[in-house]
Amino acid sequence: MQVGRVVGDVVATRKHDALTGVTLLLVQPLDPAHQPVGRVIVAADAAGAGVGEEVFFVRGREASFPFYPAEPPVDAAIVGIVDHWSAEGAHS
Amino acid sequence: MIVGRVLGPLVATHKHRKFEGSTLLLVQPLGDNDAPRGTALLAVDTVGAGVHEKVLLVLDGKAAGDAMQKKAAPVDAAIVGIIDHMDVA
Repeated sequence: MQVGRVVGDVVATRKHDALTGVTLLLVQPLDPAHQPVGRVIVAADAAGAGVGEEVFFVRGREASFPFYPAEPPVDAAIVGIVDHWSAEGAHS
Repeated sequence: MIVGRVLGPLVATHKHRKFEGSTLLLVQPLGDNDAPRGTALLAVDTVGAGVHEKVLLVLDGKAAGDAMQKKAAPVDAAIVGIIDHMDVA
């Protein structure tokens, strides 16, 4: 998984049937110092996240698991909302 | 599998139910000579790893789910070992 910040949402009226009802959010991946790193991605929201929140997301086939028995064609899904983290191991 | 170093724990009260009871750790992947390589990632700990420890990671959903002993867990990375030492021939 990776941590990121929700920076927006995506609306697509015409889409794959299995994406119906799936909220799509824009997520900026973050490094351990909470700084942006890499490209913004679109992730399906399985945690009820909102813009500005720090979240963690899973990539790959497992991204569709929270939506079972639906099998939406997604490759990234937000599966948790972050309270806080420590990265003390980065400073040694 | 890859080698990484544990940076610290992540706390998330609101998360998918398959993560309940699991420890989430931020891990920095390591390259040659233990130099940091790439972006830090978040992994489920299945072995009781601690901060600063060098660990063995699987970066695959099936393997990570197997390590958690849970089916259909939305997970893609797990710590599956604590490394004592490595010898590069």
